[in-house]
This record gives sequence, C-alpha cells and structure tokens, in this order.
Amino acid sequence: MVERMLSVGIDIGTSTTQIVFSRIIIENLASDFSVPRIEIIDKEVIYKSGIYFTPLSSPREINMTAVMDIIIDEYAKAGVKKEDIKTGAVIITGETARKANAVSVVQALSGFAGDFVVATAGPDLESVIAAKGAGIDVYSKKYGVKAANLDIGGGTSNFAAFNRGVLETTGCLDIGGRLIRVDKAVGRVTYIAPKIKRLLEFNRVALKEGCRADLSLLSQAARLMCEILEMAAGLRPQNECYPVLSTLEGREIKLPEPVKYLSLSGGVADYFYRNKDETDVFKYEDIGILLGRAILESVPFKSVTFVEPAETIRATVVGAGSHTMDISGSTIHYSQNLLPLKNVPVLKLNPDEEATEGAIYEAIKRKLEWFSYEGEIQAPAIAFAGSKGLSFSQIEELASGVIDGARSILEHNLPLILVIETDLAKVMGQTIRAKLGRASPIICIDSIRAGNGDFIDIGRPVANGRVVPVVIKTLLFA
Amino acid sequence: MPNEILNENDIKTIIEKVIAELSLAGSTPDSSAAAENSVPADNNAAVCCGRAEEPVVVEDGYIDDITEHDLKEQFFVPNPEDKEGYIRMKQFTPARIGVWRAGPRYNTVSSLRFKADHATAQDAVFTSVPDEFVAECGFVASQTVCVDKDEYLTRPDLGKVLSVSERKRLKEELPKNAKVQLVVGDGLSSAAIIANIKEIMLSLKQGLRSYGIETGPIPFIKYARVGVEDEIGELTGSDVICLFIGERPGLVTAESMSAYIAYKPMINMPEARRTVVSNIHRGGSLPIETGAHIADIIKLMLDKKVSGVDLKL
Repeated sequence: MVERMLSVGIDIGTSTTQIVFSRIIIENLASDFSVPRIEIIDKEVIYKSGIYFTPLSSPREINMTAVMDIIIDEYAKAGVKKEDIKTGAVIITGETARKANAVSVVQALSGFAGDFVVATAGPDLESVIAAKGAGIDVYSKKYGVKAANLDIGGGTSNFAAFNRGVLETTGCLDIGGRLIRVDKAVGRVTYIAPKIKRLLEFNRVALKEGCRADLSLLSQAARLMCEILEMAAGLRPQNECYPVLSTLEGREIKLPEPVKYLSLSGGVADYFYRNKDETDVFKYEDIGILLGRAILESVPFKSVTFVEPAETIRATVVGAGSHTMDISGSTIHYSQNLLPLKNVPVLKLNPDEEATEGAIYEAIKRKLEWFSYEGEIQAPAIAFAGSKGLSFSQIEELASGVIDGARSILEHNLPLILVIETDLAKVMGQTIRAKLGRASPIICIDSIRAGNGDFIDIGRPVANGRVVPVVIKTLLFA
Repeated sequence: MPNEILNENDIKTIIEKVIAELSLAGSTPDSSAAAENSVPADNNAAVCCGRAEEPVVVEDGYIDDITEHDLKEQFFVPNPEDKEGYIRMKQFTPARIGVWRAGPRYNTVSSLRFKADHATAQDAVFTSVPDEFVAECGFVASQTVCVDKDEYLTRPDLGKVLSVSERKRLKEELPKNAKVQLVVGDGLSSAAIIANIKEIMLSLKQGLRSYGIETGPIPFIKYARVGVEDEIGELTGSDVICLFIGERPGLVTAESMSAYIAYKPMINMPEARRTVVSNIHRGGSLPIETGAHIADIIKLMLDKKVSGVDLKL
C-alpha cells in the first residue's frame, strides 16, 4: 500500500509571498504479519511558484484580494484543483504576522487553499519549518552532529538548532533584510524599523530615515545586525542590545555552546552562498544584500562550517508544504464524521497528572477551566505521554478519570479528544467507548507529541481509515 | 515457608563459624569489611584459594541476574569516537552490537549473556503453562494427542490433532456455531502465554463487545500447533477462530506471542487462509493495544467472510 497526498505550502512573509505543491507519500512499513506501521516515506516538491512581493494595501494591512489572486493564478498554472489538496499549511511570517488583519487573512486563506490546509503563525514554528525546508534536521541526523539553521528573511531571522536530528532550540530575532529600506532614485533612506533604530542609537551610528543612503553607514548598520546574529550563534558575547532585538522578550536564544554547523536560508542567504559580487547592492532597495555580505565578511562566522541548504529563499514555503504534516499511529479510535478538526488547543498533562485515576481526573477538571469562558467551553485535545507498562485495568482507571474530568466537554456534546504519545490509542479509545456508549463523539490518537500552547489540526482519515494526518502548530500572533 | 528450617542468616552464621574453626583459629572474620572494602575482582580468586595470611570474608553481595540488563543500554567499546551516537544507533536494534571483544572472541559478559538468553529461550519451550494459571484464567484445559514435550517437539503433525475423547468433550463444553471462538495454545513458548494472555484477552473481549460480539468459554490446548485451530473450527462450527499461541523464542525475547485468525477454518485448508498478527509482547506490539486491533480485524473478517490473503486489511 502506497498512498500519495498532495500538499500545499503558502508563505506570506515580510517581503515575499510564495507557494509550493508537494507530494507526501505514505506507506505501511510493517510486514503483513504485524500490526500496521504507516509512515511518511517520502516528500517531493512538484511545483514552485514565482516569488512575489507580499501585497500590502497599507503599511498596516495585507491586501487579501491581491494575495488570493496570486493563489488562484498559481493553482491554475500548476494545474491543481483545490479539491485535490489533502493537506498543507498557510504560514504568515516575519513582520507580516504583525499586520492588523494577519489573523483573518491566514484563516481565510487556509480554507481558500484547501479543506485541510492549516493556518499557522508564530516564530517558533516558523523557525522549525524553515530549518526543515533547508534540510538541516536531516543533515544533523545523517552526520550525528549539532547543526542549526538561520533563516534570514525580510523582517525576522529564525533560528533552529538540532542535535542528531532532534530539535533542541528555537528562537527568533528582529533582524532582516528589509528593516532598513532605501529609495534608489533619490538616494535616501526611507524606512528604519523601530528596533533597528535603537540598535543604531546604542552604537552611535548616525543613520536616520530621510538621510542620504550612504554605503559606508548602511554597511555599518548591516555589520551591527550581523553581530546580533553572531551573538545568537554563540560566537560573540551577548550585550544589552541582544534582548532588545529578540522577537519574544525574555525568550532570547542562548546556546550552551557555539554553533559548529550552520546553514543559512531566507532571501539574504542567496547573497551569502551565491551572487557574492553583486554590484547593485540596492537592487531590492533594502539592506538585504549588505547583510549577506556582512555575514560573508564576519570574522566570528569564519569558525563555523557552513552547510549548503536544500532551499534558501524558499525554505519556509517548502517547509510549510512538505514538513508540517505528520501522521498518527496506525491503531487509533475515532467516531465517524467528526474530522477534520482545526485549531484545537492542547491541554497537556504532566507525568504526575497522568499517574492515577484521581490525578488525571483532578488535572483535567482543573485545566479545562482554562478553556471555558462565560459558560462556553472550547474542547481542547487532552495530551499525555502514557506508558508501555500500563495494564488493562490501569487503562480502565485512566479512562474513568478522563471521563469524569472531562464531564463539562461531554455535557456540551463536544468531542472528547485524546492525544497520547505511547501506542495505546485504540485500547484507550475502545475503553472510553465502552464506558460512554456508541453515541459519544471520541477521537483518540497516538504516536503524537504535543505540548501546552500548541494547537492541533486532525485531518480526515487516510490509508483505509487507519491513520489520520496531524499538524501540531502554534498560533501566536505578535 | 513453614517447613524452612534455616534462614539465610543462620546459614551464614554457621558457615562463618565453620571457617573460623577450620583453618583460621584466632582471626575473627569481619563481615563488615566486605561491605567497606570492595574487593577487586582479581582478589576474589586469591580468597577462593584460601591464602592463609589474609582474613577470609563472607560477602553479603550477590551476582546480578545478567539477563536483567537492557542490552540496548550496554556499551563496552573503549574510547569510542562517538559514544552517544553509537548508543542512539543501538536503540533501533536488539542486536548485540557495541559489546567489544577479547581478541577474536566475545568478552565473558557477552558470552554469558548469550548463554543466559539461550537458556531462557529453551526454558520457554520446555516448561509448561502451569495448571493453576490455566484454571485462574478460567480456560477449559485440553491437550492434543501428544503425550509429552518430546513427542510434541519431534512430531509437529501430532500437535494439530485432538483425540476422539477430547474432541467429544470440547464439543460439549464449547458453544456451537458461535460468531467467534477464542482459543489459547502453549505452542513453543509457555512464557509468552503467561506474560501476555490475560491482558490481551481483556482488551480483545472489550473490543468485540463494542461490536456486540460475546465470546464463550476458551479452551487452553497443551502441546498445540497452529493447525489445531482447524480442529476447533470444525468441531464448533464457529465463524471465526482466533488462536493465541506462543512463538518460537529467540534471543531477543522468549515472550513473543502470535494470533492466528481464520474464517471458518477447516482441516487441511491452505495456510494462506490465516491472518496473522505476530510479535505481541511488551517490547513489540503491546498486548492491550494489539487486542483492541485484533477486535477490529475479527469484525472485518465477519463482515467480509474471508481471512488470510483474501482479507484486505
């Protein structure tokens, strides 16, 4: 059994908007004599769109109609119908995520792009998606090393570090190629982002909006931005400016040791790996090319082994199209006609909270209050680890605890959604089913790890109904 | 135990006394020294040879059960280039890699472990599922025509056959024309049945009940081969027979069990008509989760009225 799923990735970034279509191939890897083990075995990008400047209707708003036109046009060019799309993600990244209408745009577009195309935003997920698009997770696993990717876009730089293929650190910096813009025709600086202004002031660089686009001053600004990247990579001591330039305050990237293997992606990377002698440095009327050059000339970065990424400017969109979807374990339990479910918040239980019937009851009951507002309750996905050593009677006890704890969900006739890490979903689902009866809506899946603050999307079953596509994501708008 | 005359401490005291009286009159054995001065392995030999000038100590310690160590955590390569990477690789296989060597041979610990695992495997074959266990599970005890383990092992054909009297008895005790008849057989690993059968039955029965399928008494067949389910199928007339049987043990686990599920099995039917779920044990497919999975297979089998290669899962 081999099944192909068409996936779309749409990235609406600070400077560019792109679309890719990928094919995700899943197969049962277990022998005919075993419990099935269905896994994603391959992903291939089959179509890449052109690279468009992100259309804005004002400095504060994304031009949704123009974005939709791009999408309609690219679907037609690729010969893809919306109904063919099985999965995928619309990701809104960098400064664009801070636009006034970002939330409505990304959610509208996800429905517009296909039935199970998820809407995502948030710097952590963006970092991971870009790193996977660049292929550094695979590199890290293949060579058994710690390796990181830095995706330098127009508005933000996303960092993700892997250790032997396992994600270790993510972070995001307000460093990007379009944070200083110039008007080539008049030779003036037209825009400096607020945080960059503070960086320049701190370093006493006399560069202001409206002043002459002086190459040496702008190069100096690019060098200062590069220094912040060096600090993130652990190659330079972090100073007072560093937390300021961090996208999420108090969540600065701090590595235990300097980066050894690094790939760069994002538009700026094209001026690091290639086009090193571009003469028209203001080709894009911004500081991007100068920033690429600053990294190239940086002394601290000389100590790093640079890895050629699978994608540069397209890393995020390829990551969104090919690397966001996962699939559940192959023995699961779900009520018919409930799926797909989108944007389900995760209620995570810690190990103590899932230890006994009483504990799981208490924890679910208490934490469910976070998800209710003025009598309205949003049914979260209850996530916990489970254990291989659990006996059937322990499963029965936990099931009772879950049911009692989740009374408020059941009373509203909302689905009871369980996401377990250990391969126990079918027995747990059947046990809950036995206790609740046929009619109660239940979804119980496993082999998926989700954490507090995550959101989960669960798609329609595939592979003869044995597995469901799952996307774990963040939905954090700055 | 009530008939125990001497406990461990008594024995130790006596041994200490005897040793003291025999050759070491005058020097007091000091057992606390054993705990404080951990005696290096080399010195043990010396103690065994009884060097008169050294005080003899009776150790409190015991030798670890080497089969308790998780092979995936054991790593003996000296000065590895990348220990963490090697151990991570070991997580993907139960194979004995990274155990180092002495010249071209295994180290003692590897050699002993190999023998210990082999012994565990042999035990699983040669021991029987205790009658008490069978009774505790509420199974109907039965047996093929094999008279003992030797005959069972040397005559695979007999492990599929029930005697006329057993056939008659089971026909009376088991339900007729049931939708599903569950069966348990020892097969080549009694340890597998003991380790897994209770748990898997609980989740399987729950799963079947959710489809409105109730099951009756379950026979436990001693000296059973897979083919014995065909006999049960014919004599009960059940739609689906699901036989749980111990798999031939290997060096990885002796507790692996399989389910052989067939729609209306008949004696001498092609083997291709059996649907198999193998590798059921704690380190493989978890028994309770697999029980839930098998319930779905049986439901599908009842709906499609086929099994084995004809049943598309």
